[in-house]
Amino acid sequence: MDDSVAAAWGLLPHYLGEHVLLSAAAMGLGLVLSLLLTVAAVRSARVRWPVLLFASVVQTIPSLALLALFYPLLVALSSLTDRLFGIGFSALGFLPSLLALTLYSMLPVIRNGVTGVLNLDPAVIQAARGVGMTDWQRLTRVELPLAAPMLMAGVRTAAVWVIGAATLSTPVGQTSLGNYIFSGLQIQDWVSVLFGCVAAAALALIVDQLLGLIESGVATRRPARIAIGTLALAAGIAAAALPRSDADAHYVIGAKSFSEQYILSALMAERIEKEGGSATQRVGLGSVIAFEALAADDIDAYVDYSGTIWANVMRRTDVPPREAVIAQMREWLAHEHGILLLGTLGFENAYALAMRRDRADEMRIRSIRDLAAHARSLTMGADFEFFARPEWPALRDAYGLDFAARREFQSTFMYQAIASGEVDVITAFSSDGRIATNDLVVLDDPEGAILPYDAIVLVAAGRANDPLLRRALQPLVGAIPVELMREANYRVDRDTDKESPLAAARWLAERALP
Amino acid sequence: MRPLIEIHNVSRSYGAHVAVRDLGLAVPAGQFVAIVGASGCGKTTTLKMINRLLEPDAGEIFIAGEPTHSLPAHLLRRRIGYVFQGIGLFPHLTVAGNIGITPQLLGWAREKIAARVTELLELVSLPAELASRLPAALSGGQRQRVGIARALAAQPSIMLMDEPFGALDPLTRDTLGTEYRRLHERMGLTTLMVTHDVLEAVLLADRIVVMRAGVIVADGTPHELMQGHGDDDVRAMMDMPRRQALRVADLLDGKPARG
Repeated sequence: MDDSVAAAWGLLPHYLGEHVLLSAAAMGLGLVLSLLLTVAAVRSARVRWPVLLFASVVQTIPSLALLALFYPLLVALSSLTDRLFGIGFSALGFLPSLLALTLYSMLPVIRNGVTGVLNLDPAVIQAARGVGMTDWQRLTRVELPLAAPMLMAGVRTAAVWVIGAATLSTPVGQTSLGNYIFSGLQIQDWVSVLFGCVAAAALALIVDQLLGLIESGVATRRPARIAIGTLALAAGIAAAALPRSDADAHYVIGAKSFSEQYILSALMAERIEKEGGSATQRVGLGSVIAFEALAADDIDAYVDYSGTIWANVMRRTDVPPREAVIAQMREWLAHEHGILLLGTLGFENAYALAMRRDRADEMRIRSIRDLAAHARSLTMGADFEFFARPEWPALRDAYGLDFAARREFQSTFMYQAIASGEVDVITAFSSDGRIATNDLVVLDDPEGAILPYDAIVLVAAGRANDPLLRRALQPLVGAIPVELMREANYRVDRDTDKESPLAAARWLAERALP
Repeated sequence: MRPLIEIHNVSRSYGAHVAVRDLGLAVPAGQFVAIVGASGCGKTTTLKMINRLLEPDAGEIFIAGEPTHSLPAHLLRRRIGYVFQGIGLFPHLTVAGNIGITPQLLGWAREKIAARVTELLELVSLPAELASRLPAALSGGQRQRVGIARALAAQPSIMLMDEPFGALDPLTRDTLGTEYRRLHERMGLTTLMVTHDVLEAVLLADRIVVMRAGVIVADGTPHELMQGHGDDDVRAMMDMPRRQALRVADLLDGKPARG
């Protein structure tokens, strides 16, 4: 517990700094756009309706989805600019987060601004015209100053929303206070989750109070309040913008959003530092985003699994033997993306169907074939990906599986669901430490319907011939047997005496790389 | 000499409703003209077309021989004083800021504006210390004095007034009307005032124009119009101040008031 808090404090300057910069940039950009749209909407009823509708529609998109949608959009845009002008840009991290949050910030500002201006006393507007103001003078000298308190109230709302939603930028590869929450959720470190929530809430509260000070200064025409609030905000942003030690990181290691990935990315980062390089980790990436990030050279290396690439990226539906899978994949990755498949780590993290031992014994189920006979009375639990992956129809058709009900869970909760008997069968990962701790049995796959999922180290095209990276990562190839990985995962996932991914990575390194 | 304001065959509609129909009016410099008539007769529309707060659908308006559309509307408005019932003081500007707004738009030097504000406060009988107050701190009468001072700030020769004293209590209304009439004389202004109060028109104006359904139905000095008129409405309207005056005179003499 104390260790968790200490570790969380240590990460705070980095996470908070990134969070502040992202939120401030989104608010700044959002404010400029909102003001322009507000002015247009105030002047023309024809513009007003679509602008307000657009802002409202953006608000109805779940913020996580909005963030995720910008990634493919930017990838496409980047490849277009690359083709046209030879300039590409990173579609991961800051940019998609900035754009999504900018859109997210706009509704309250526009709505309050438009309402504020349109509800001004018509006599004042008539007087403004009568004394000989141009349209622009009327706007800047009368309408905006008088609507400013209302506008500022909108800015406050927007700022709180943006600071809250910025925690969701972690899965698209932008460091934020959300890193506490997402990694904490994965490894069941509730202290970390709580720390992230409290930090984001505190930040939102402080910013809201400072904006409130500016708002009251605007409303009561007290410039001192405006100045104090503005200076405090500017000081906060400046402090966040100060260069930090890891700003010049050389290598970027990616990780998807589960414990094993956190451990392996920590392990790779440690290896790089041992070889004299520096590394940052982009953790909590979505499964597809991780590969696309590598293909776009946004990250330099990460660990994926052969079956994932085979089915999801290469879109293959056949299931050849594992060596053939690796060989064909190595060639395909190099040819299509210039990506280097450095090698397999030595363990498999395959999808497997698992049941509680007592239940399996009771029903005499040993293999998926046995399971099929009972499936109609059983509930199946899976992670969010499984039913959408090609493995599911392959498995279903090979054994004629037909469950009474199917439910989807975040993986932590999936294990809780099987432990409590809420579901009867789950999709487990063969290297998961929780198989042993929950006393689950992995069902045999006599038809060979499930793809092999060997852990493989992938290196981005731009780093394929990087000697330091090779020196650092090559020793990992073939060095991690499944028992070691399972134990390392267990050290992070267990309920008591949990270790951080870094501690588990060091434990793993001691045993795997003597 | 050519009249200062010339309105030639001006029309203006709002959708199907014709507010002003083919109206002509010439106002020589220095005259105080009151436009009276029932609500919706087109008097305010006529006034607003002069400083182009509204644009006519047809016809032309000349000021000092120049068509009003020969320069941008905002430049035209800076040369014409405009006072209306709503006053429309800028709530975020001080009294001085409100009065000095048109000179500021015209780019006058700061000291010149300050001197002009002081001069105008005195002219509209407001204490100098009011200059730094916000409009919210003023009484209704004080606000309209500021409104008049604001309209006069850039030394216009024409004043357009739309029910300027309509929202004020009777005493303030009378005082302000009389004081404004004196300003009109002293500064050689040409004033067009819209009012629905015939007595006010009779007491302040040199000339009364009566409108009905977008056209002028009577045009003459208060004296002429009170002598009787061929139009029944006009006669009834102009008879009222006379009857009221006679009743008041009777009451002052201690006789029973005439019905």
